Amino acid sequence: MALEPSSQWSDAGDGMLTVPVQSFRKVAEHLKNDAGFDYLRSLTGVDWGEDGLGCVYHLENTATGENIALRTSSTARENAALPSVHDLWKGADLNEREAYDYLGIKFIGHPDLRRLYLRDDWKGYPLRKDYDPSWNGIPEDNEETNDDAPSYEVTGDGSFILKRHPLFEDDEYVINIGPQHPATHGVLRFRVSLEGEIIRKLDVHCGYIHRGIEKMCESMTYPQTLGLTDRLDYLGAMQNRHALCMCIEKAMGLQVSDRIQYIRTIMDELQRIDSHLLFASCLAQDMGALEVFFLGFRDREKVLDILEQTTGGRLIQTYNTIGGVQADIHPDFVKKTKAFISYMRPKLEEYHEIFTGNVIAQTRLKGTGVLSREDAISFGATGGTGRASGWACDVRKRHPYGVYDKVDFKEITFTEGDCFARYMVRMKEIEESMNIIEQLIDSIPEGEYQMKVRPLIKLPEGSWYSAVEGSRGEFGVYLESRGDKSPYRLKFRSTGLPLVSCIDTITRGAKIADLIAIGGTLDYVVPDIDR
Amino acid sequence: MKRNVNIKSMKYEDFNDNEYIEQMLKELRDNGTNVIVGCLDSVIEWGRSNSLWPLTFATSCCGIEFMAIGAARYDFARFGFEVARASPRQADFIMVAGTITYKMAPVLKRLYDQMADPKYVVATGGCAISGGPFKKSYHVVCGVDKILPVDVYIPGCPPRPEAMLYGLMQLQRKVKAQRFLGGINKGISEKEYERLMTADINKENGKDDYDESGLA
Repeated sequence: MALEPSSQWSDAGDGMLTVPVQSFRKVAEHLKNDAGFDYLRSLTGVDWGEDGLGCVYHLENTATGENIALRTSSTARENAALPSVHDLWKGADLNEREAYDYLGIKFIGHPDLRRLYLRDDWKGYPLRKDYDPSWNGIPEDNEETNDDAPSYEVTGDGSFILKRHPLFEDDEYVINIGPQHPATHGVLRFRVSLEGEIIRKLDVHCGYIHRGIEKMCESMTYPQTLGLTDRLDYLGAMQNRHALCMCIEKAMGLQVSDRIQYIRTIMDELQRIDSHLLFASCLAQDMGALEVFFLGFRDREKVLDILEQTTGGRLIQTYNTIGGVQADIHPDFVKKTKAFISYMRPKLEEYHEIFTGNVIAQTRLKGTGVLSREDAISFGATGGTGRASGWACDVRKRHPYGVYDKVDFKEITFTEGDCFARYMVRMKEIEESMNIIEQLIDSIPEGEYQMKVRPLIKLPEGSWYSAVEGSRGEFGVYLESRGDKSPYRLKFRSTGLPLVSCIDTITRGAKIADLIAIGGTLDYVVPDIDR
Repeated sequence: MKRNVNIKSMKYEDFNDNEYIEQMLKELRDNGTNVIVGCLDSVIEWGRSNSLWPLTFATSCCGIEFMAIGAARYDFARFGFEVARASPRQADFIMVAGTITYKMAPVLKRLYDQMADPKYVVATGGCAISGGPFKKSYHVVCGVDKILPVDVYIPGCPPRPEAMLYGLMQLQRKVKAQRFLGGINKGISEKEYERLMTADINKENGKDDYDESGLA
């Protein structure tokens, strides 16, 4: 690379640029400010053993669609430190906290380097290869709330200074919402500083459902890792699994048959309809409109019936496999899917009549929780949230996979960026998903539904990144292999983490009651955030 | 006095584990029951078993199926479970739907402690029963019975709504088999309560949670 002569390009897998840690900050600034790489797709902390601890950054230029992967590492294991890039890409804020939590990498200049998922009294860093699970047990005491934000600075002689800043001032009125709260959609916790009923600041606590999936994957064979993806974002089970299968197939150099591509695409879209219906139900229920909850679940059951007939599962389908799908589609699949679409189209009107046009819903949703386009890109808030802010971020258009390049569909975007736009994007996407299915359902080609794959899969050395458009944004898989039968590092780019990282920005100045509508329309799934 | 565990929603012989419940009844009957107290008991148990209120609590996938049984197709309102309460103070049972992690465990324990007696725990799904697919994780509690006393286990990943309803009916039968008066609702004496409270305050760690006067 011209800018930094000491960086090295490696061709293994997708290709990656290794930048020495001393010049990393300069390269990052150049990429962001001059080369237009404004979207940080994914930030992965990795323990490279003797090569030290470091991070992999996947960047995209949203204007040109260019992609680049960078890596940098620090060889000092005890005092690993990398320069922070939280000021270049806002999405790096929580991601760097995650890398610190997993690996103990200190990000110099990060203003708030607390652990993200684990408790403050956690011993060790779980994703290091030398971590021993016996260091920690089930805690008996409640967690102390620590409102000090530590940050690290480096002095001239190379030692670190730890500085602490209070998150909230003493005279601030701070209330706690969650982890057990019906409107947080799971076990997410907010600490909210209020002035009257206006939100001044919001601090997110994650990790109440952190299951350590990424570490578990490192000791599993590739086919075994598939099972865990369904349980990340269970409303995007098909798509998550699709992403991991795609990534492994890419690494194997396996081309799957057209039939498999068609089936996977149709299944992804059915899953999306299911998820968006649940989104509408939950949003309405959180806002007090219980009827829509029943409508959503009534229609959702129809989708689940179709999925269940073929896959055998209602919520967790475990359907995609490496090089295919678990079973061929049921003989009634085509007929039932068509019947569902002709049933669903008129039913959507019902939602609009009851909820969309409702004066209370309109007043509560319109104009609240505005996320600007720049912020959406900077945070990496993809999916319906990004598209509601006018960012055309659909992976199905940006990096077509499956058979999305053969179908004609609109990418729904709005410009308002408020709660109502986020709601409408998803309602319109249900229609688009039905359009996609209609174009494909009659032309599923003949062929095999499972390619021949050996039961024990070994991938060559290298690293790969694949992404699909999940139900709520870009779901990416970063896979690093050292030639073994299990991955060296497997990272799932969470669709929900960017969504909760922008919640502080968009709730400032909003009323506390709006937080429920904002959280509802952001549509995060907590196990997907915490992984 | 004969006690029975028949519930109106499902026939007695359709349950799979009647030996277990008969054993339980036999133990309860061994000492005999006063006719008046027994009759009163039956009425109370009838009422309780038909209006068990769940706590709105879900951590992951099973929570979506829990919502599904609240919706129209499976509709657990038919059996008296429909009033899902967001506050543990008003709930009769907690359905642990989903994985419990180390960070969540004290919170769950606290929720359980906040519930009023008599209270029940239903472990729903593989994760709550044994850690399920996340058994080898560094952050997952392998079975919620490590921290709470569990009354009913519902296996599945996630369990089908029908399985959840079956499990909840088992809970109804369990409630019917119990003796409210002099049994499960015995409570604790004022002295015992005081002792527990002081023990909590004078604990070694976390003293600063309370103020010194002990009034907190």
